Amino acid sequence: MSAVVSIDALLRQQRVWKGRGESVPVAIHPTGHLALDQLLPGGGWPESALSEILLAAPGAGELQLLWPTLARLTRAGERVVLVAPPCIPYAPAWLAAGVDLRWLLVIDTEEREALWAAEQCLRSGSCAAVLCWPQRIDDRGLRRLQLAAATGQTLGFACRPLREAVNSSPAALRLALDCHPRQVRLLKCRGALQPGQAVAL
Amino acid sequence: MRWACILLTQLALDGELRGRADHTQPLVLAAGPAQRRVIKAVNPAARQLGLKPGLSLIAAQALASGFVMADYDEQQIEHWQRFLAAWAYRFSSHVSLDYPRALLLEVESSLGLFGPWPRFEQRLRSELTELGFGHRIVLAPNAAAARALANVHDGLVVDEHGLRREIERLPISRCGLAADSAAALARMGLRQVRQLLALPRDTLARRFPAAVLLHLDRLLGVQPQALDCYVPADEFEARIEFNFEVDSHQALLFPLRRLLSDLRVFLAGRDCGVQRFTLSLQHRKLDDTRLPIGLLAPERDAQLLFEVTRSRLEQLQLPGPVLALRLQASDLPAFVPQPKQLFVERPQQSQPWEQLRERLRARLGDQAVYGLVAVADHRPECSWRADRQGGGEPVPGGGPRPGWLLPESQPLNDLLPELLAGPERIESGWWDAGDLRRDYYLVRTRDGRLAWVWQAVDGSGPFMLQGWFA
Repeated sequence: MSAVVSIDALLRQQRVWKGRGESVPVAIHPTGHLALDQLLPGGGWPESALSEILLAAPGAGELQLLWPTLARLTRAGERVVLVAPPCIPYAPAWLAAGVDLRWLLVIDTEEREALWAAEQCLRSGSCAAVLCWPQRIDDRGLRRLQLAAATGQTLGFACRPLREAVNSSPAALRLALDCHPRQVRLLKCRGALQPGQAVAL
Repeated sequence: MRWACILLTQLALDGELRGRADHTQPLVLAAGPAQRRVIKAVNPAARQLGLKPGLSLIAAQALASGFVMADYDEQQIEHWQRFLAAWAYRFSSHVSLDYPRALLLEVESSLGLFGPWPRFEQRLRSELTELGFGHRIVLAPNAAAARALANVHDGLVVDEHGLRREIERLPISRCGLAADSAAALARMGLRQVRQLLALPRDTLARRFPAAVLLHLDRLLGVQPQALDCYVPADEFEARIEFNFEVDSHQALLFPLRRLLSDLRVFLAGRDCGVQRFTLSLQHRKLDDTRLPIGLLAPERDAQLLFEVTRSRLEQLQLPGPVLALRLQASDLPAFVPQPKQLFVERPQQSQPWEQLRERLRARLGDQAVYGLVAVADHRPECSWRADRQGGGEPVPGGGPRPGWLLPESQPLNDLLPELLAGPERIESGWWDAGDLRRDYYLVRTRDGRLAWVWQAVDGSGPFMLQGWFA
């Protein structure tokens, strides 16, 4: 009987909204920021899903948010891929942040091919996390990325401009990064209470 | 020693059929001068039309229509025999091509690895069937007996005790004697080898060439026989010729898949991988279109090689119709398979990273996928480089460094940045013409971002933006 599924596995999929449980389950992918972890329903990044990070401008704090996760993954020998980053990742700083560069790969390509590359990496299942910076992407493109992340059971991160916050998105988690003051706002989160809360980074 | 004879019953036809997608089409192979071409081999569909070997082509065309004709090419037959020898080299260190259209394998020493014989034989058969070659397999204590018994048996296993009985039962016409000797014996009324063996040796020696007695002794294992050892070639080369002009990529994919699976068989036999190979598309009048393909690591998986070649082929503009496809591989380094975890944590359909990487490189360019290496240099531009494999150690000392670096410094577009830290002087590189003297500051721009900027040492000039503390 393959139809027997444990109730924990069902609850973890977060298809049903629950009231604030008293115990936060152990997260598989904690963000590394304690305040943010407590805010997120699974205690960390939604697994096998796309998370969207909306930025006022490139360099508005996305690395501070992601570095703990990337450091944890690369140190565990899991591959992290940056697809067409907006600037050059400055190797000494990434090392200082604890990222093991042996497991970090950069794919250098133009915008159109970047989406294809990101989808391939997400879908392949051979990477632990894939970061991409799509500038012009529509709902369908995001849905493809989300589906690819679910198929490959990979963490997907899409960094996009803050002005996209008004448009809907199929991503499982949407975070906005503010510079003044430096904080993370929760715009959308699958399986969580009313979003809109903010934590200082 | 025990010898297995793999008799390739229709080598020419099987070799020709492998290059064709449609096996139901009637096909005949013909040889001879243009005026008198004779059919040498037919496939089952052509046999149904009433065609058979020995028929002249003109007679065949009178009998039936709608069959395809191809050349019966001795060179091709030899090519396929060598290809199969490369395949068989996986199973035995002593493979011999001394007998035409047959492979002789010394298998006793291989039984420890592949045995027992029934299982070994099953494996040989299933792989040959997969490759598309009809065959008969016989195991005997010596090579000559194995070859002769394969003429009449399939799947026979003979040991030393049963050998004489089996040899005696062989018909003389099929025991491997030269045609004129066999005919002379037949005219004398001898049918079976038993009758031949009953004759006194001295009269046989007087009436027949020495080869007859030698052959009889070899069959019975009295006279040892030395066979040449097949030595696998150092490079792989294969070619598929079309009888028509191909001008679409799609039509090239089937023969390409065939070529690459042959390459995989060859590589498996030699226990090596391929790192670089060239695919040539041959045209009627133009020069060959060459498509060189380089991989980052030696690979052997046919599916991976096909994916990579396919995506590169699809980007190619064909200058004209293609008549033949040729694959050459000369760089064959040792193949070290990637270790895999016993308990796979990743999903079932996951694609190995090597395959993904080659796919990305094939579409985005050879330099598109790289790792980062930290270099111990204080100049920001020189403190990293792209490499196949990332790495490096953190450099001790120095102030805070930004996570993002701009490809080139640009003037900071901000009127009144708030100075947070600095100056930190970086003065280096006078020895390698990359001289650099700058004062670096950490500033907060008006929109709240943290920037790493520099100014010339004498305090002149604008703030130049070098990177972002993201």
